[in-house]
Amino acid sequence: MASYQIKENPTVYDAVIVGSGAGGGMAGYILAKAGLKVLMLEAGPFFDPAKDSLQLRMPWESPRRGASTIRPFGDFDAAYGGWELEGEPYTTAAGTDFDWFRARMLGGRTNHWGRISLRMGPDDFKPKDGVTDEWPITYDELKPFYDRVDRMIGVYGTKEGLHNEPDGIFLKPPKPRLNELFIKKGAKKAGVMVIAGRGAVLTEALAGSEGRGTCFFCGQCGRSCKVYGDFSSSSCLVIPAIKTGNLTVLDNAMVREVLTNDEGLATGVSYVDKNDLQEYTVKGKMVILGASACESARLLLNSKSAAHPAGLGNSSGLVGRYLHDSTGSSLGGFLPQLLDRKRYNEDGAGSVHIYSPWWLDNKKLNFPRGYHIEYGGGLHMPSYGYLNWVPAVNHLVPGKDGQKKAQGGYGQSLKEDARRFYGANVGMAGRGTALARKDNYCEIDPAKVDKFGIPVLRFHYKWAAEEVAQAKHMQETFQSIMHEMGAIITSNIPGPDSSYGLETPGKIIHEGGTTRMGNDPKNSVLNKYCQSHDCQNLFVVDAAPFVQQGDKNLTWSILALSMRTADYILEQKNKLNIG
Amino acid sequence: MNRRETLKALGLAAAGTGLLISSCGPETKTNADKGATVKVPEKLPGVQDFEQERNNKLNAEHFFNEHEMATITVLADIIIPKDAVSGSASEAGVPAFIEFIVKDMPDHQIPMRGGLKWLDVQAFKSYGKAFADCSEKDQIALVDQIAYPAQAKPGMQQGVSFFSRMRELTLSGFYTSEIGVKDIGYVGNLPGIWDGVPKDVLDQYGFTMND
Repeated sequence: MASYQIKENPTVYDAVIVGSGAGGGMAGYILAKAGLKVLMLEAGPFFDPAKDSLQLRMPWESPRRGASTIRPFGDFDAAYGGWELEGEPYTTAAGTDFDWFRARMLGGRTNHWGRISLRMGPDDFKPKDGVTDEWPITYDELKPFYDRVDRMIGVYGTKEGLHNEPDGIFLKPPKPRLNELFIKKGAKKAGVMVIAGRGAVLTEALAGSEGRGTCFFCGQCGRSCKVYGDFSSSSCLVIPAIKTGNLTVLDNAMVREVLTNDEGLATGVSYVDKNDLQEYTVKGKMVILGASACESARLLLNSKSAAHPAGLGNSSGLVGRYLHDSTGSSLGGFLPQLLDRKRYNEDGAGSVHIYSPWWLDNKKLNFPRGYHIEYGGGLHMPSYGYLNWVPAVNHLVPGKDGQKKAQGGYGQSLKEDARRFYGANVGMAGRGTALARKDNYCEIDPAKVDKFGIPVLRFHYKWAAEEVAQAKHMQETFQSIMHEMGAIITSNIPGPDSSYGLETPGKIIHEGGTTRMGNDPKNSVLNKYCQSHDCQNLFVVDAAPFVQQGDKNLTWSILALSMRTADYILEQKNKLNIG
Repeated sequence: MNRRETLKALGLAAAGTGLLISSCGPETKTNADKGATVKVPEKLPGVQDFEQERNNKLNAEHFFNEHEMATITVLADIIIPKDAVSGSASEAGVPAFIEFIVKDMPDHQIPMRGGLKWLDVQAFKSYGKAFADCSEKDQIALVDQIAYPAQAKPGMQQGVSFFSRMRELTLSGFYTSEIGVKDIGYVGNLPGIWDGVPKDVLDQYGFTMND
């Protein structure tokens, strides 16, 4: 027997989908419901929140008390993976930064995300400032799909009638927590709008959402929900799609290449089975990539053939280009009013209860586009490091006896400080539009492979003046809100030497843009239905098709776009144009 | 699914809330003052094999020797002593937690080992004994020189750094234990309904239901 062989699965599926997150999950769900035979490959293990979530575990059930040594967001967080994966490196070009977060598991990063579910607005698709390229579609073209996603998956919020923050079909939002009431009041004084959060959590029963429970307010969406009370692709899309009998999941399957025939059409994919490390191929009448923006780009660039010498679908040379994340910067402090506050359960929902949509006119500012603000703080479940801030700030306000203490301390006095300050903390973080630039990109590192022998990505990403100016503005806004609410800032206020606390690219985990859509095949990788210009039975349904994301967390738009692409596939199939 | 069915699906409707708390798995052993190791919980569903293997492996290793563990225990109980509300750090298993966490986060190892040594040298210079063997009065006199960063004398700064780290680890270990969570008054992690800030709290801070 040969020491190297490729095992071929003779079945020809109607569609082969790579990735099981928001994009792959939605496409798989729609196509399987429509009766197509779908094979979905996932690089990580099967994950069912009903069984595998660490929801409702107390901190002492983790030997490191929920610290982030292994999982970047702590032991209980529902992401298998992180910024670094053993045996799966990536590189960055000198003088540039990119942190690439990968969750290898059924449902991908949707198992742990913040469930903040914002629609992009009309100006995000067709910018009026001319700074970035237009999308080939308008908000109105995507709106019916956002509506369907709202009805199918559920999102809470309030109708506000804001032009570029379109309303959805909302469930009732959770009421603000105590610190959020202070934030609302302070922000209003600072001239910053605050509205109810918009989150993919079932705060009430959702018609037609079979098998899903309603939220019971443990505040732990990040651990994924055992009763499917929030949106994860695993619980809400892939597992229901499996139940149709039309979708098969191959887990622990690391896809190596998209296979093409002499005409340049996709015929399937090759993959490594992580269980036996053997090579396999599967066949499909079409291939749909939803592996995440950078992983999908990597796959295309690694799929070279005579018909596609620069990589599959890369005749434009733009695969990997226009990579963009969101900007992020944050500030923390505490509210002296909340010292010695009464205890009660304010876990609430695990997505945001309130947020500030972008509220300013850029004509008066020195940077384009904007950011939204997310807020935090309160009586949360303690975990590793949770009260470290207390002895660092205990000298800033008088004690119960009216006397100021010396910073630090120990003993009875420290225990009293912990009780006094617990729940008085407050934090805010901006998430803004980072411009999609051709010069920020990922490509194949010519010299390096991962443990499967798959060439790895090399990133080139630099922030520019626009992003730094935005972070500076965030910090000024945060300080103003903190001041107006009477909070004491306890973070070091970041200045120009740290680009105003601007997180490195990738850190906000909103990367997109690497196979952008457009009408001109020379200037885009996909058409407006996320179909490759060069290969008509190839689609990309993650955040790679984004021309330019707004300051809106992109999951809701991935879902809407993937649903639209799946509908298009069904329509084209009926017309016998593909498959 | 309505809320009642949701709770039923969770297996909580009949069980009630008390059981939920007590069913949350094994607590760390509280005889840690003898240097006992943390009892790593059985593998929970959803914990990956490699994670559990790593936990078990770390748990089987020893970093601190007996003397170091004794010193950590004395310090932890100075930082979090027993009071009318709750027990001490050692009663909450903090020393064993610290033994585990320095293996989990090796960046703690040199500052902790060196800091403990630094403390013994200081104690020996002042009192002719290792810190753990000093009288309570002498231990406190030494701790007072390193527990207040803004007041510490220049020559004591290394001690301040060590004590700050030790204090943070003690806070982490204590307030994530069953004793500490009860002390701090975290009363969540229970299925329920969030209907906003309770009325009496709104009143206290001058807010209304409509805010």
